[in-house]
Amino acid sequence: MIAILLLALAMPAYANEAAPAADDPALEQRVTRLTAELRCLVCQNQSLADSHADLAIDLKNQVRSQMKAAKSDAEIRDYMVARYGDFVLYRPPLKASTVLLWVGPFAFVLIGFYVLVRFLRRRQVPEPQLTDAERARAAKLLE
Amino acid sequence: MNRFLIPLGIFLVLAVFLAVGLKLDPREVPSPLIDKPAPSFRLALLQDPGKTLAPGDLKGKVWILNVWASWCVPCLQEHPLLVDLSKQRVVPIYGLNYKDGRDNALKWLATHGNPYALSVMDADGRVSIDYGVYGVPETYVIDKDGVIRFKHIGPVTPKVLEEKILPLARQLQG
Repeated sequence: MIAILLLALAMPAYANEAAPAADDPALEQRVTRLTAELRCLVCQNQSLADSHADLAIDLKNQVRSQMKAAKSDAEIRDYMVARYGDFVLYRPPLKASTVLLWVGPFAFVLIGFYVLVRFLRRRQVPEPQLTDAERARAAKLLE
Repeated sequence: MNRFLIPLGIFLVLAVFLAVGLKLDPREVPSPLIDKPAPSFRLALLQDPGKTLAPGDLKGKVWILNVWASWCVPCLQEHPLLVDLSKQRVVPIYGLNYKDGRDNALKWLATHGNPYALSVMDADGRVSIDYGVYGVPETYVIDKDGVIRFKHIGPVTPKVLEEKILPLARQLQG
């Protein structure tokens, strides 16, 4: 209870850190574009751009100040990966530990396709074999 | 026979995957900082703002870095364990006080006990970002050369302490 109260007290202090630098729309657009590709680690199904978690706001400010310092997107991405691992990237690089992630879905589609083909082949009904007598009877019926 | 075996096989594979998935904690993100030098900082001490501490000052000893805050509810959960550990004098714990107020932090330590040899204040959270902190509390074991050897995210449990942190600390001290 006390902790919640303290948290509530601490909130306003953080609120003013989120001041969006609307003075430079081009920079803001770049910040948004890059942070949309970075995962918020506090709320893992949100990107940094979408998240309002405290840490996400700090990291967004970090991205913004590094961009102001003329860092490239790749450099900023490396900065994040050095601290939080490939997990922060919504588009992780292709390497040994992420192969399954990239190849897995295609492998499943191929397996599914193979199973489907086999299933359809097996379901094909073989053409009925008629004896000559049956053929003659069928021909007569069709006349 | 096949008609039953195939769905059964698929079910078993799925069940195994889901069972393993249930046990994994998505919050446990593997840290890229393991076996890397602990990021350097120089921060003011919580108790004595005139003085500072840097990881370099601790070269030559094995130490634990614990990220905490007075507003952090799960920190209370691990706190008795840390107080206990500090009394055993096996390995010193240094506190990184994350985005906290000095008064609140000092009050919190006075109320719940102070397991930290020293605590430093990371008021803007910048140093914690260098340590890849994303959920307080977090705990690091750092060796004599200043290299991070272990990281635990979330409250330390007795199991983690007994099975991971203490054996590792003893081995590193050895």
